[in-house]
Amino acid sequence: MTGGPGGTGPALAVAHAVRTGERSARQVVEEALTAIVDGDGSIGAFVTVTGEEALAAADAVDASVVSGADPGVLAGVPVALKDNLCTHGIRTTCSSRILEHWRPPYDATVVGRLRAAGAVVVGKTNMDEFAMGSSTENSAFGPTRNPRDPGRVPGGSSGGSAAAVAAGFVPLALGSDTGGSIRQPAALCGVVGMKPTYGGISRYGLVAFASSLDQIGPLATTVADAALLYEAIGGHDPCDSTSLAEPPRPVTRALAEHGVEGLRVAVVRELVDGVDADVVRRVDEAAGALEAAGAKMLDEISIPELRYGLSAYYLLAPAEASSNLARYDGVGYGLRVEGPDVTAMNTATRTAGFGDEVKRRIMLGTYALSAGYYDAFYGKAQRVRTLVIEAFSRAYAQVDVLLGATSPTTAFALGAKVDDPLAMYLSDVCTVPSNLAGHPAISVPFGVGDDGLPVGVQVLANARGEAEMFRVAAAIEAAAPAAGS
Amino acid sequence: MRAGTDPPGDPVALGRAEVAHVAKLARLALTEDELDRFTGQLATVLAHGADVAALDLEGVAPTAHPLPVHNVVRPDEPRPGLDRAEVLAAAPDVEDHRFRVPRIGGDAP
Repeated sequence: MTGGPGGTGPALAVAHAVRTGERSARQVVEEALTAIVDGDGSIGAFVTVTGEEALAAADAVDASVVSGADPGVLAGVPVALKDNLCTHGIRTTCSSRILEHWRPPYDATVVGRLRAAGAVVVGKTNMDEFAMGSSTENSAFGPTRNPRDPGRVPGGSSGGSAAAVAAGFVPLALGSDTGGSIRQPAALCGVVGMKPTYGGISRYGLVAFASSLDQIGPLATTVADAALLYEAIGGHDPCDSTSLAEPPRPVTRALAEHGVEGLRVAVVRELVDGVDADVVRRVDEAAGALEAAGAKMLDEISIPELRYGLSAYYLLAPAEASSNLARYDGVGYGLRVEGPDVTAMNTATRTAGFGDEVKRRIMLGTYALSAGYYDAFYGKAQRVRTLVIEAFSRAYAQVDVLLGATSPTTAFALGAKVDDPLAMYLSDVCTVPSNLAGHPAISVPFGVGDDGLPVGVQVLANARGEAEMFRVAAAIEAAAPAAGS
Repeated sequence: MRAGTDPPGDPVALGRAEVAHVAKLARLALTEDELDRFTGQLATVLAHGADVAALDLEGVAPTAHPLPVHNVVRPDEPRPGLDRAEVLAAAPDVEDHRFRVPRIGGDAP
């Protein structure tokens, strides 16, 4: 085990210390950079470390503290960004050969908002290529290792971000979640990871994978830190026409003012069925802890439609990906491999630039969308999506928040599933329903499994139910068994 | 028009020929070994999706997007775009402020 949450300390404490002049942002950022240099060689969380830019940004934060200006709620907090978030002039690779040397001409909206809040970007993190995967082994630059056990995967696709937080390199990171890519690695690495309501955080500058499912979200060591980061970067953005017009609900205030008294909570049978027994035991313990904290625990409920969620997801997401990734054609940016005519050039570029999993998803999606198969696959999957949304609506008429496992297993061994795509896809069975419905969900660490590796409990809420979701998550966190017990 | 088209044969049976065709549509070149491997893997994934393909969903409306938002518009006002020189600097090949590509279609002159 290489460290754990700790390092710089929680973001709330770091920001408080920097805002009050107790610590300088430069000192905090230098410590984070040193931790990365010393420790990341054996983990591989980062694709790019932006030391120089980070120190300059830290100095700017310190200057505003000295001048008496408000340095922002995340003043001096080191943050790692998944490498599918565009950073102006800084390499944004999506862990793909096809974008290996690409420097975006603009920042993602979340990057600007982080900067405005005083946060300091220290680097870009490794991921499954184009966010397609559940282990971070599908990176063109090599796998990331789980800081809790370097023989295990960190989960994925935001495995670099989860590992960077779990190793204590940074207190906060951003990931993206299309089918569980924030929550599953958070669970496997023993950190908090949250996906907001679809439209809650601007996707402008997030390299698209499956646009109707993709959302950016925070990874953190504590629920309060995740809420702080969500609040700092959420809200409407005119550059993203799918971002919600209404302002986000103030989740940090809800956390400070309310416990879980009176909230109706139920475990979902389909989110614990087929899950390893040691993981289910932790979900049950979390439910017990919520009841003790004053929540109204209802009987386990069944949402049978969720059983079709994974199949629908693995038709819809590849279909959208096959369309989104058509843009990598060797013309405007990224890799080009020359050919005698434009079609040969496109083909040579894509063949050399994409890894196997990306090729599989593009082909699967192209097939699902092709004439003759559209109705049988894509059309059916879209209708299943409707059923999932309607079934959730019926459930939320009776309960405020739902509980389940985040991942059916704890972290698995490196290499265990790389040659079996379907086995890898099954890692996402508990997380995809929230993406299909566009609902928020969060994974909270809750003890360990029989193998001593972290277990994540998942809290799901209705659209825009982040406040209730965070309140329940905080109560679970407060009752979590100490690490190693 | 896709609606009403009958799938040509069993929609779940995915063979080498289909994968080769799909790869060509997606502008991917596969070796013979890759074709074998991907055919097996994709057929397994599609077989898992057979539960969805087998459902009777008559009368259920499709969902393309989780949010009930439609026709989002903004005022049509000029505003700066990306810096042209910076955008072109990222391109693999450029000529006269344009993206340059190899010959499009036809036989070699």
